[in-house]
Amino acid sequence: MTGPDPAAVFLQEARDLLETLEQALLDLEQSPHDRDLVDSAFRALHTIKGSGAMFGFDDVAAFVHEFETAFDRVRVGDVPPSPGLIAVALSAKDHVHRLIEEPDTHVPAGEPILVALRDIFDAAGWKTEQADAFAEMPAATASGPQGWRVVFRLPEDGLAHGTDPVLLLDELRQLGDCEISVRTDQVPSLDEIDPEVCYFVWDVTLTTDQSREAIEDVFMFIRDDMELSIEPVAEETPAAEENTAETEAVAEAGDAGVAQGAAPKKKAADGATEKSSSSMRVPAERLDELMDRVGELVIAQARLSQIATASNDLNLKAVAEELERLSSGLRDTTMGIRMVPIGTLFGRFRRLIFDLSRDLGKEIEFLTTGEETELDKTVIERLADPLVHIIRNAVDHGLEVPEQRKQVGKPAWGTVRLSAIHSGAEVAISIVDDGAGLDAERIRAKAVSAGLLAEDAHISDQELFQYIFHPGFSTAAEVTSLSGRGVGMDVVKRTMDALRGSIDVSSRPGEGTTVTLRLPLTLAIIDGMLVRVGGGRYSIPLSAVEECVELPSTAEVESKGRNFLNIRGSLVPFLRMRELFNVEAPKELHQKVVVVSAGEFRVGLVVDQIIGNSQTVIKSLSRFHADVETFSGATILGDGTVALILDVGHLVSFGQTFENRLRAENAGRAA
Amino acid sequence: MTEVNDMHDADAAMKALTVGLQGEIFAIEAESVREILDVVPITEVPNARAFVGGLINVRGRVVPLADLRVMFGMDRPPPNTDTRIVVIEIELDGEPTILAVLADKVHDVTDIEAVSVEEAPKVGMRWRQEFVRGIGKRGDDFIIIPDMGRIFGENGGAGQALTSEERFD
Repeated sequence: MTGPDPAAVFLQEARDLLETLEQALLDLEQSPHDRDLVDSAFRALHTIKGSGAMFGFDDVAAFVHEFETAFDRVRVGDVPPSPGLIAVALSAKDHVHRLIEEPDTHVPAGEPILVALRDIFDAAGWKTEQADAFAEMPAATASGPQGWRVVFRLPEDGLAHGTDPVLLLDELRQLGDCEISVRTDQVPSLDEIDPEVCYFVWDVTLTTDQSREAIEDVFMFIRDDMELSIEPVAEETPAAEENTAETEAVAEAGDAGVAQGAAPKKKAADGATEKSSSSMRVPAERLDELMDRVGELVIAQARLSQIATASNDLNLKAVAEELERLSSGLRDTTMGIRMVPIGTLFGRFRRLIFDLSRDLGKEIEFLTTGEETELDKTVIERLADPLVHIIRNAVDHGLEVPEQRKQVGKPAWGTVRLSAIHSGAEVAISIVDDGAGLDAERIRAKAVSAGLLAEDAHISDQELFQYIFHPGFSTAAEVTSLSGRGVGMDVVKRTMDALRGSIDVSSRPGEGTTVTLRLPLTLAIIDGMLVRVGGGRYSIPLSAVEECVELPSTAEVESKGRNFLNIRGSLVPFLRMRELFNVEAPKELHQKVVVVSAGEFRVGLVVDQIIGNSQTVIKSLSRFHADVETFSGATILGDGTVALILDVGHLVSFGQTFENRLRAENAGRAA
Repeated sequence: MTEVNDMHDADAAMKALTVGLQGEIFAIEAESVREILDVVPITEVPNARAFVGGLINVRGRVVPLADLRVMFGMDRPPPNTDTRIVVIEIELDGEPTILAVLADKVHDVTDIEAVSVEEAPKVGMRWRQEFVRGIGKRGDDFIIIPDMGRIFGENGGAGQALTSEERFD
């Protein structure tokens, strides 16, 4: 039996549930009277408790039990979900998170949180004795003791998945008096026994004042695959018509389905809010592997196409074309699987804003748009940190304190807007605040004093703001306290570089700052334009290419002094790739210019030949070439050779330093 | 860089692939060798250091091609019929890394007795001492055991930033 490690499954599940809990709590702060939210928070707690106990996370279970017990007062409506309560509940949620991630530590830290929880309830007129009494019977619903006959058999793989029948029986015993007997008639003869299968059938007569749901809850994590019947033993039974709750082995997709599938049974009313989703949980590595395979297929297909083009065999050509169509479809589908709406990420920042707002005493309105915008899963994961830094800076340094805001005639509450939008092959994520804005003079002074900028340099604000991403630039206290987006902005820059994205910053004094992150849709496969420079072939990301023109022979001759073209009346500087790459091979008579957009401006790249468009499977470069910034990666061409993928942004800045060097040399020669 | 320390186990013999580089014999730990290839098309990386100036395709993987001759200050004649590419996997800073090494000639796999290995002498060698783990002997020949961990590691030659002259030449 090679099932997934049950503890790992629990961890994953618990993380999701905690996230649900957090969202519910944050939503509750906005709309304290929403019963569904309370129920959803409560359900998450209950599930964590149950599965925690089952998988041996006893500390988690014990703490969550207390948490749940307290929170139940909210559920039954005794205590309103006040902001104070939400804050404590959130810290309790954090504590559970820590308990789950690092089970050995943090146990003592839980007590103050529980005390704080109790205090709030005490203040709301809830006596502690009641709390203790309540702790004795978790999900009590008032009805007299009643007899139930519970017959159950574990699923075939139950033992292998870590289900311990003793725990189940113990849990039943906690509900009330039990008479337990075991039926062994299904145990096969010794030579047929599979030691991993549990053949016993338990027959339990339980007398309890708990409801049927409470009994079902005992089995909630294994219900779908097990045989279970719960029948009232005697006389009056309102639920007589749902006599046998025998559950067939339901092919639920993934383990998540089990937990979610069980939860809705608790309350019929909840069923409406919980959609029965047919999604399934797949380990990320499998997706990565699939992507790799598709990448290899695309390469093989490119090779086939090349052979087919050279051949006269019509059948071969037909098959190659068919395969090209299929593989590009497969590529798109596979990439689609990896796409995740960015809303999953945005949700996390609500908590950040909540905490910041409390800590800094600033009222903040947090607005998000474009949650449905999809991005590659890996991109989203890596975006989390940079966005935290940007948002924290926007709130901490951007937004003014309420008094100050009133003085300048702004509303007391600051606004932070987080939005995502598709634009071409990119996704733009903007973080807009209506704070004080960046202090350009201050940044300039700092850049000059740090020796990053010449004193008399003329650069646009746009370029100037880029200095805030310089490592170590922002750590100085006077910049952070004044205006400047402070700590950690170099993290943003580094991550964006790694993701082949770019950052735009614009800011107006007194009106606020906008930081826009532009990211490629995917990191795996792009459309590229293949060009040749000397003997080497290079791929330019097609999303960056604007147009291709022929290099006029006049530009060829006058090349010494100026390197720019007139394209339909606008001036386009160009870089000679042959010079940048030290190509000695004889040049092509008619050189071509590929005009690319690099950030704000357009630049021409002079190449020997434009070969054509191709699907480019991006392979990252090793650490040995990390210093060569002009390439963002490599790809394998149809003929099996490796071609480098140009990083247009870095190439342009490399060209600038290259030209600076040439200028310096010329000056030296003249002198 | 775990493989560095193995040498000091006194009597363990080292199984090594011996390759020729400009007349010298170098030993590459046989366990780290993944495969030996004939010369395949090499993609030059413009402005990269000469030591790792190329990329090759090894079964659908883009693998950096290193030229040890640069590190040992040797001449670099173009590949001929004897030239081979040795693909090795070494651990660098805890990460298994696949890279390819150019060899003028591949000799054979041999055992090098630990007792016959001496430390690199402090004089009489124009190579950087830290790149040589030891000098083994076989008959009358010396076998140079390069320290791959140091050569390719963060503080070795591969990690050093280049001066602009080197980069642009």
